[in-house]
Amino acid sequence: MSAPAFINIQNLSVGYTSQSGEIIRVLRDVSLSINRGESIGLVGESGSGKSTLALAALGFFKRGLRALEGDVEFDGIDMLALERDDLQAIRGGRLALIPQNSGQSLTPTLRIGQQVAEALRLHSQLDESDFEARVVELLTQVRLPEPATLVSRFPHELSGGQQQRVAVAMALAGEPDALLLDEPTTGLDVTTQAHILELLRDLASERNMAMLYVSHDLGAISRVCDRVVVMYAGEIALKGTTKQVLLAPRHPYAHGLLASIPRLTQTSLPLALDGRPPMPGETITGCAFADRCGLADERCRSTPPALKQLESGEEVRCFHPDRIDQLPVVNKAAANKTVTQKGEVSADHGGDALGLNQLAISYAKPSLWNQLFSSGSTPPATVDNINISIRTGETLGLVGESGSGKSTILKAIAGLISPKTGHLVLNGEARLTPKVEDRPALHLRQIQMIFQNPDDSLNPRHTIAQILAQPLRLYFSLTGEELRQRSIELLERVRLGSHYLDRLPSQLSGGEKQRVAVARAFAAEPAIVLCDEVTSALDVSVQAAVLDLLNELKTQQGTTYIFVSHDLAVVKAISNRVAVLYQGRLCEIGPADAVYSGPFHPYTDVLLGAVLEPDPDFVPKLSADDVVELSPPETGCPFQRRCPRKLGKICETDTPPARLFDNGHQINCHIPETDL
Amino acid sequence: MSTAALTENPAKRQRYVAVLLDVMSRPSGAIGLSLVVFHVCLAIISPVIAPYDFKLQDASLMLSQPSNAHWLGADHLGRDIFSRTMLGGREALLVTGIATPLAVLWGGFVGILFGLTGGRLDEVLMRIVDAFLSLPWILKMLVLIVTFGTGLEVLIPTLAFFYGIPVIRIARAATHDVIARDFVWAAKARGHSRISIIWRELLPNVLDTLMVEGAMRWSWMLLAFSSLSFLGFGVSPPTPDWGLMISDARGYMSFAPWGVIGPVVALSSLIIGINLTADALAKALGIDRAQKAPV
Repeated sequence: MSAPAFINIQNLSVGYTSQSGEIIRVLRDVSLSINRGESIGLVGESGSGKSTLALAALGFFKRGLRALEGDVEFDGIDMLALERDDLQAIRGGRLALIPQNSGQSLTPTLRIGQQVAEALRLHSQLDESDFEARVVELLTQVRLPEPATLVSRFPHELSGGQQQRVAVAMALAGEPDALLLDEPTTGLDVTTQAHILELLRDLASERNMAMLYVSHDLGAISRVCDRVVVMYAGEIALKGTTKQVLLAPRHPYAHGLLASIPRLTQTSLPLALDGRPPMPGETITGCAFADRCGLADERCRSTPPALKQLESGEEVRCFHPDRIDQLPVVNKAAANKTVTQKGEVSADHGGDALGLNQLAISYAKPSLWNQLFSSGSTPPATVDNINISIRTGETLGLVGESGSGKSTILKAIAGLISPKTGHLVLNGEARLTPKVEDRPALHLRQIQMIFQNPDDSLNPRHTIAQILAQPLRLYFSLTGEELRQRSIELLERVRLGSHYLDRLPSQLSGGEKQRVAVARAFAAEPAIVLCDEVTSALDVSVQAAVLDLLNELKTQQGTTYIFVSHDLAVVKAISNRVAVLYQGRLCEIGPADAVYSGPFHPYTDVLLGAVLEPDPDFVPKLSADDVVELSPPETGCPFQRRCPRKLGKICETDTPPARLFDNGHQINCHIPETDL
Repeated sequence: MSTAALTENPAKRQRYVAVLLDVMSRPSGAIGLSLVVFHVCLAIISPVIAPYDFKLQDASLMLSQPSNAHWLGADHLGRDIFSRTMLGGREALLVTGIATPLAVLWGGFVGILFGLTGGRLDEVLMRIVDAFLSLPWILKMLVLIVTFGTGLEVLIPTLAFFYGIPVIRIARAATHDVIARDFVWAAKARGHSRISIIWRELLPNVLDTLMVEGAMRWSWMLLAFSSLSFLGFGVSPPTPDWGLMISDARGYMSFAPWGVIGPVVALSSLIIGINLTADALAKALGIDRAQKAPV
């Protein structure tokens, strides 16, 4: 390594001055170099400093932050010394950034062609007259269909994946030599994500670009990157090739992070990585990870370890890189244990906790004209013909891409949306009133819901005590000391202490907030808990802990769960049975093992093929286009337009029959059982 | 509005103390708040400390220049401008001090109601509000004053009424934001009553916005009150008032320009003070207030 690297960050520390005048470091002594044609993955929990580092490569710091020491060089240019104008010439041009949600940040009123031309105007030497051809060329490069007609479309006419491709095209407008990507696929559906990642991989190698890929998703990293840098508490914890880091991590944190990821190849729950990382400004005497580490000893708590190189090439900030194999792993024994943990529903348990009968939900309101003259065709319902019975004590997973109607079904069960037709049956007998306002107190108490994002589901103005008091007062009329005791009990059950009672949600970490939300749901002593993407707003390590908690509560109380998620691996880890939805129609339902091992509905096959494993040797199989459909087809199979195994006319005209297998596995498809 | 809810819990009281400290720790908040406190204190104690009687006319001092005895000179009737400036904010602060909370209360109430109603009715009502806001405020105000006459008993309800209307918009928008959030859905799904949801989930979250909005309305209202006085529809002549003083001194600007300095500096410093405080408050409460509402 005689010549300096293309992007060269040396001993960079970034921080801010707090209100009390103290200097708080967000990044501490970070060195990173990226060569042309190389792509580096940057992983870590939220708050680990990975985005700050990526932005620092642009010479950019978020408001309040500044470089305290160190250098940032891009192709020999000192980015920290440059004036604003010179920086602007490089940013977006030779060094492009694709931020999170960049697809959604397209200007809604400008046509795609105009937006890409805008990027050309800023970052290329081209003549105005050549823009049109170049725009089409760029759109072709990101493999958008029919680029010539696409230029005159508006962003809302494109799917999320297509929008993201346009954002990539705009980043490529300045013919960049380096690309910085900040969580570019977060928030996209699995199939879309897999396609975008393929595109980025190919572009990087075609154009010999240097790439820095920031993500919390190790699966995505493994697809795109050659080397991986693991960040923890503003420091580099581990640096190595993708294979080294993902297959044989030599740092306990990386090990824990990998173990906390649910995988399709495992049937058990992932291992939780307990605790939380230190906040910036917290005094750390030894290793920043010591509090959460299973290998920590006296030395780890007193002396901060330095980043040192191992014989095998990785750089590790740990005193015990050779003792990693002493850490617990998800093994066969644990897998067996979890089968019972998952609480196999025995036959004598018998009863159904909840039945969904012919459920159909429609958001579309007929227009005034149609109401008056009862003319015009009604659009197909958002959710239609759902027949599922959920047995007492089981966990039913509902999976599907965005727009598959899974959250809508949950809302209908909770009584927040009234179904168009069909009804819900509680405990096999009582018919549930559609509207929550009309339900008797007993029914209200028995069904509780946990929401996706605890930041949004906990009132920011209420203390934890007030949050927990709401259901306790409402359902059990508890007051005073009794109320307090019960709240503390609930907090302890979700592994939080009584000292949390007087805090506000903003004073808690994401995982702690979600635990409070879980405690609030269980305060009602519910029979059924509806979980709406409860882990998708959380870090992986925290996700594992929340899944573990949910499972534990279930074994203790025999609660029935309906667990909605877009993450197939998470659903597999926690569910007894799984239902796959597409466009609000049921494609497949059956025991979790059967759904994941086949025979498959073609859609399930496509979904499973696109799931990424944190394993560099794993190749996803992409069999269907990442087109997003806005409304389901009026007749036939909901998946007909994207299906790679479409039979023909029959799929468009006839509703697919239910193919039944003896273990309760049902697949709605025209393809005969033997061929599925 | 909900002082009981605020004091019932120590963490909440702490929050408001923390917000106050945060406001004071910002340069804008420190300057703004001291200006406001200064003016309020001055309004209270000025009758005691004013060096001269505000009504006392001395023909020999008519339009005299600032001197050691009369720091800001004397007006066209030979009255001491310094004393009159000290006293000139009392009426304005009294009227706006009562009218502002009234405006926020009724505007906030109606706005939250509209926000909760939603649907067609809400749309129609908001268009009426828009139409109303599109008329120049001075015109609307003058119509009422000409009809009912001047005097505090007319001015206070008039100002409270007109300045409550933009609050409707703000309160409605804030309500819309809050009721779409999951904690409101969660409360609905648990089966809480409407009243309980409004009181516990909605109000605490709309209150911050209304507080900042109230501060903004206050400064607009002061300006409006002074404008009315300037036009002769506010305070009646012997009483000192900044707007009236500026109006009186305006005629002699060419040869006695010092007459306007006192009331102008006093009025603008108070309004700047309120605006700076409102900005700091918005930042301390974490409310994004990029645009100012149209009056």
